[in-house]
Amino acid sequence: MVTLTANATTGVELTREHGLHLLREMVLIRRFEEKCVEVYSATKIRGFLHLYIGEEAVAVGIMQVLRPEDGILATYREHGQALARGVSAGSIMAEMYGKQEGCARGRGGSMHIFDKETRFFGGNAIVGGHLPMAVGMALADKMRGDNHVTCIFFGDGAVAEGEFHESLNLAALWNVPVLFVCENNRYGMGTALEYSHAVTDIAMRASCGYGIPAETVDGMDVLAVQEAATRAVEAIRAGEGPYFLECLTYRFRAHSMFDAELYRKKDEVQQWRQRDPIEIFIDKMKALDLLREGDLEEIEKEVAAEVQASVDFAEAGTWEPLEDLARFVYLEEETA
Amino acid sequence: MSANVGVATMEPVREAVRTITYREAVREALREAMLRDERVFLMGEDVGRYGGCFAVSMGLLEEFGVERIRDTPLSESGFTGAGVGAALAGMRPIVEVMTCNFSLLAADQIINNAATILHMSGGLFNVPMVIRMATGGGKQLAAQHSNSWEGIYAHIPGLKVLSIATVEDARGMLWPALEDPNPVVIFENPLLYTKKAQLPVKPAPVDITKAKVLRAGDDISIITHGMGVWKALDAAKILAEAGIEAEVVDLRVLRPLDDETYINSIVKTHRALVVDEGWRSVSIASEISARIMEQAFYELDQPVQRLCTAEVPLPYAKHMEDHAIPQVEDIVAAVKKMVSGG
Repeated sequence: MVTLTANATTGVELTREHGLHLLREMVLIRRFEEKCVEVYSATKIRGFLHLYIGEEAVAVGIMQVLRPEDGILATYREHGQALARGVSAGSIMAEMYGKQEGCARGRGGSMHIFDKETRFFGGNAIVGGHLPMAVGMALADKMRGDNHVTCIFFGDGAVAEGEFHESLNLAALWNVPVLFVCENNRYGMGTALEYSHAVTDIAMRASCGYGIPAETVDGMDVLAVQEAATRAVEAIRAGEGPYFLECLTYRFRAHSMFDAELYRKKDEVQQWRQRDPIEIFIDKMKALDLLREGDLEEIEKEVAAEVQASVDFAEAGTWEPLEDLARFVYLEEETA
Repeated sequence: MSANVGVATMEPVREAVRTITYREAVREALREAMLRDERVFLMGEDVGRYGGCFAVSMGLLEEFGVERIRDTPLSESGFTGAGVGAALAGMRPIVEVMTCNFSLLAADQIINNAATILHMSGGLFNVPMVIRMATGGGKQLAAQHSNSWEGIYAHIPGLKVLSIATVEDARGMLWPALEDPNPVVIFENPLLYTKKAQLPVKPAPVDITKAKVLRAGDDISIITHGMGVWKALDAAKILAEAGIEAEVVDLRVLRPLDDETYINSIVKTHRALVVDEGWRSVSIASEISARIMEQAFYELDQPVQRLCTAEVPLPYAKHMEDHAIPQVEDIVAAVKKMVSGG
């Protein structure tokens, strides 16, 4: 088994319409999270708040190739995946406000976005803890003969967890339809990849260790991500079993809302910011003559309205009555 | 005798019974579940080709195939979590963790995922799965293979926890546990796999919400579960010879506890001895004792007593292990001391 290197040979035909869609999705995540920072500072949101800013191309690129019936699992840094999957901004914002109109009624918060309609099975906040679940969801699909894909997002930090290795082994052994998306942003909280892993080529470990086809992808290039995901999902739907994408990316902000960022140099952050996935994509669209005068302003305007509407929705939300505290510990009736 | 004796058509049809072991009862229950619901499958270490570590699933692979009697690698967290995922995706997995000792390797999946997802998702996603595991000491397997971890899981909101003592429950608890939309952890004690009982060929379903009085008595309530039930019943026989009638309450359900049954027993006997093979501190025995104090304090003629496993990692040497675990004679002695007012 060899590690495939991403290239653009398969090509995604970039139409103006699709380009504007990708751009709008990434801008929505960016502006939504900037608003999160604002309302967090205003103490409307509390607890942990992990921002995806800088990594938008990964979630947006991957989601383009998934179908409504596919299942998605993500980490505690999952606003981007949820938005790109189509979970409403309002229900996510209300969740972070702790309001009962939130997607999980305020029981989960920023780290636990769940949505049934879009088959979004949560942000999971134990690093690596959702990997076995992804294998099981895919196993269920395989046993039933459903040609669905389970897509799981996790970070480079999860690769050091035993559950990562157990899950890759099980997925390969059982040949189940899982798309593993490793968002390698180079840091597990504040410890760099090279201080955590004896072998830092994660895709190679998936392919050599477990015989899973794996690619390393430029995670700052939304088209490269979409292309790789297209190949991956085609193979998975053809019954070829799991597929692994290592997306090289970078988080521009602190690990959570505040950290002193003692573990990385400002230069390094600046260098990565030169490769801002949104800026790169705007340049590409311009180079292809797909972006017209006023397009960007139009997107920004629409997104600003959507983000503001999410805040208004959350502000107008209500607190679940205290008498409801013990609800949802046990389900008393079968939901099937 | 009723007036209808002799009128053949009025005689009730005698239910067909047979003698089976606890092991066979679990196997029958697994088989029944597989036949009744195609969403059900069994997975765990050595459940298939080996026939189960304790030979419980022997023969099921041949009948149901490798997809539904699924051997797993030694990846407790991996396959238990796969069970959580399969349940989320609409299947009804039975995950067998060979012994509860190894379940600590899957604790993240059981405690952080199976038990929390319904609540964390605001009621959107439930986890209908059964996790079976063998529990208990008494086999000279030393400290890492002899634990009774019922108390750990009974501590966790979101889980339901069953402890199987009787052949009837070995046969009857699995199906209602699978019908429950919540994650259910079932403890089986391997020392009981050879216990025999007469059961109907087509047994009636059992209730998995209530404790059960297995022996009636007026002098003291012995409240226990799992292996402790059999020791308490043996002790009760010995005590009866000494004129002491002990009531034996099998808790059966460790979460959520059925307080009513054992409190009612205490209202009758006014004395309570809790027997639990877990350690005493911060345990099922502590919990039962506290609830009795909260709910039946004025019914008690004397303080609740507890017989638990000595607070040491269980030793290998037989004489030491036997001494560490509550035995029949310990129960007899404790009851005599209590009833005689000692």
